[in-house]
Amino acid sequence: MPGYYFLLAILSLKRNKVITALMIVAIGLGIGASMTMMTVLHVMSDDPLPGRSAQLFVPVIDPKPVHEDKPARAAADDDLTWPDAAYLLHAARADKQAAMAAGILPIQPQQATAHPFFESGRYVTADFFSMFGTPFAAGRGWTQQEDQDHARVVVLNAALNRKLFGAASGVGQVIRLKNTDFRVVGVLDNWQPQPVFYAQIDEHAFGEDDQFFLPLQTALELKLEFAGRMMCWGSGGDSRSSDHCSWLQFWVQLSTPAKASAYRDFLSGYVQDQRARGRFPRHVEPHLYNLMDWLAFQHLIPDDLQVQLWLAFGFLGVCMLNIVGLLLAKFLRRSGELGVRRALGARRRDLFLQLGIESSVIGVAGGLLGLALAELGLWSVRQQPDGYAHLARMDLAMLAGTFVLAIAASVIAGLLPAWRACNVAPALQLKTQ
Amino acid sequence: MFRSPIIASLTRHKLTTLLLVLQVSLTCAIVCNVAFMIAHRAAQLHTASGVAEDELVMIDSTDLDQDAQPLARHDADLAALRTIPGVRSAAAVDALPYNHNDWGNGIGIAKDAPARAVATAFNGTPGELATLGLHLVAGRDFHADEYVPMDSAHDWSGIDHVPAAIVTRSLADLLFPGQDPLGKSIYPGDNAARIVGVVDHLARPYLHEDASNEYATLLPMLPDSNTVTYVMRTAASDRSDVLKRAADVLNRLHGNRILRHARTFAELRSSYFEHSRTMIGLLLAAALGLLAVTAIGIAGLVNFWVQQRRRSIGIRRAVGATRGDILRYFLGENLLIVGCGVAVGSLLTYALNALLMVHDEQARLPPIYLMIGAAALCMLGQLAVLGPAVRAAAVPPVTATRSG
Repeated sequence: MPGYYFLLAILSLKRNKVITALMIVAIGLGIGASMTMMTVLHVMSDDPLPGRSAQLFVPVIDPKPVHEDKPARAAADDDLTWPDAAYLLHAARADKQAAMAAGILPIQPQQATAHPFFESGRYVTADFFSMFGTPFAAGRGWTQQEDQDHARVVVLNAALNRKLFGAASGVGQVIRLKNTDFRVVGVLDNWQPQPVFYAQIDEHAFGEDDQFFLPLQTALELKLEFAGRMMCWGSGGDSRSSDHCSWLQFWVQLSTPAKASAYRDFLSGYVQDQRARGRFPRHVEPHLYNLMDWLAFQHLIPDDLQVQLWLAFGFLGVCMLNIVGLLLAKFLRRSGELGVRRALGARRRDLFLQLGIESSVIGVAGGLLGLALAELGLWSVRQQPDGYAHLARMDLAMLAGTFVLAIAASVIAGLLPAWRACNVAPALQLKTQ
Repeated sequence: MFRSPIIASLTRHKLTTLLLVLQVSLTCAIVCNVAFMIAHRAAQLHTASGVAEDELVMIDSTDLDQDAQPLARHDADLAALRTIPGVRSAAAVDALPYNHNDWGNGIGIAKDAPARAVATAFNGTPGELATLGLHLVAGRDFHADEYVPMDSAHDWSGIDHVPAAIVTRSLADLLFPGQDPLGKSIYPGDNAARIVGVVDHLARPYLHEDASNEYATLLPMLPDSNTVTYVMRTAASDRSDVLKRAADVLNRLHGNRILRHARTFAELRSSYFEHSRTMIGLLLAAALGLLAVTAIGIAGLVNFWVQQRRRSIGIRRAVGATRGDILRYFLGENLLIVGCGVAVGSLLTYALNALLMVHDEQARLPPIYLMIGAAALCMLGQLAVLGPAVRAAAVPPVTATRSG
């Protein structure tokens, strides 16, 4: 029977070709737009470091003076000052801990003929590599002793290594950064977590990557160029090492909840102790954010994208209402025909099945079109200059999701009209004929 | 009890009518709010930056010498750049509108007093004001003896010694409302800087939503780090030639440097707002798509209704209704439905607006958007129904005598 109903459905849909086509296009557009935006937001809220993220935390201490207004967005300044970062590093109460800041340096290729160029990287402390599990293609990171010694060592990422040394690994070679020679101790195997979660979260969180890593204390000693935001609320002395400028990101690894809770207590103790010495006058309790909570708190996903997602859902909603209305009008127009079938002995459920199949045909066709439109939409997102653009691809889960959404949307849109239309009274419809 | 035939007939299609009303009201709510977002963003695209946008080109230069002397280097570079044919003036600066290089300072109006506002410091060599094409509305440009080095090697401590400042009008209005700002002291650093001039507009390196977009101070501080931006003012038609030559001139003068970001101000602005333009395109497409879907929905629905009512239309025609009567009937029916949709839609529009105000710092929707949106939807409904209604009016009276 369903096969026959399917034929009937095709015949019925063929009778109103234009309207059938329009219904399919409408549901396709709605689903295509929704799936495009859901995929973009899905890839943007993905875990950048699966398997490790649950153990990674950011301690936040508010060192600003009392009169400093609370910024409109909490994300504006959650960095640490050097004295606080240095204390946390030295205390070493977590399994691993690292302080870091962004940097940008001119790099002098070895060949005298080649022109120097700028590259962005990061000034970090020793635990950075083991804490984030950065994959090494060759060599290693550096030790805490080398941090203390302000060693002239550098770890390169794959792209910069290729640019400087071709296919060979640069480990053991010496490169000139700004005006100082650094020894390459390690080469990363193209490590590009997206977003760059450990950096200051701003509009560049997606799409950027670091091509070199060198010891933070070395960068401070050599006064290398830092990049990114620095907030100061006093003056005097060297701002990078002062307790009145915040600019450092700090991450800790805490493998168990008990350790996390102990670290919270440790932070509170430190803040209270410093308060007794006249610092931290705002009486804001220190926070410890887990990686994924941190990204949410830092407002990683731009408002524009949220608006686009809700707009797409609104569009889908209007398209669904549209289809429900059209199918309803269409089915009700056939009340006479349906009444005859009822009078000849067809059960309600037979009519329901027949009409349900007709709306499902529209739904499946619309879903397929929606899938194609979503791929098109994602392609056009990838053409955009935004940093997250290149991530906009559908994985299997999203593909399945599209299909489920399409079928669900059309079945819901088809059920109501089918149910309403199969409720015709046989006698009444015959009478009006 | 008398009931209009239109309403009587609609009560036979309660569910369908309700769905259509709902669809129209949702469309109304979304389209009105989207139109408001588009207008807001389009206005941002055209915010004046205060500089002579069509006449500026710039290039970033980083001196790589170990013992570089930035102040002397900048002077020599500028002198060379000024010799390029077509260059009217040139200056070395740190910040420009939309260039993302924002050095914000808390500005107090008494020593050690809390800051009244955070303002961007725009610093540059003598002639910056004229090169950028800023418009002084009061006071004067800086005197040569007012310039101090920025001292970027020592935490930019020049800001504690800078004797003078030029402020934007919006910053002056905030700091000294109703007073003449000339001669007043502000404290961008530890010590007082006297306001010697006021410019009407100067946008900050990042776009801000409100008056703070122009909280800016021009300070007579000479950039003295190895990286600097050279700005040149030239005729609009000479811009690409000047840019090409500037790189050659600088490299010939001193080869051990990196030149980056050679571009016109128009390009800088265009890339800053690229995302905004995309968003406007998306919003526009969504709004038009919604209107199209709704119009098609109305047309399709009425098409079914006309087919369903062929016999009753024939009867009405047979008992004397003119084609115009039938046409008016369908147009009137549509106006009633869309009117109800718009009425419900007005409530939805403001509900959605309230939601956006909470989540996205959207402003309250001016009623004019709703009025235009409602009128547009009513007109769209009439247009959508016109085709099927004309077909209905063409039903011959003889249909009444046929069965089915």
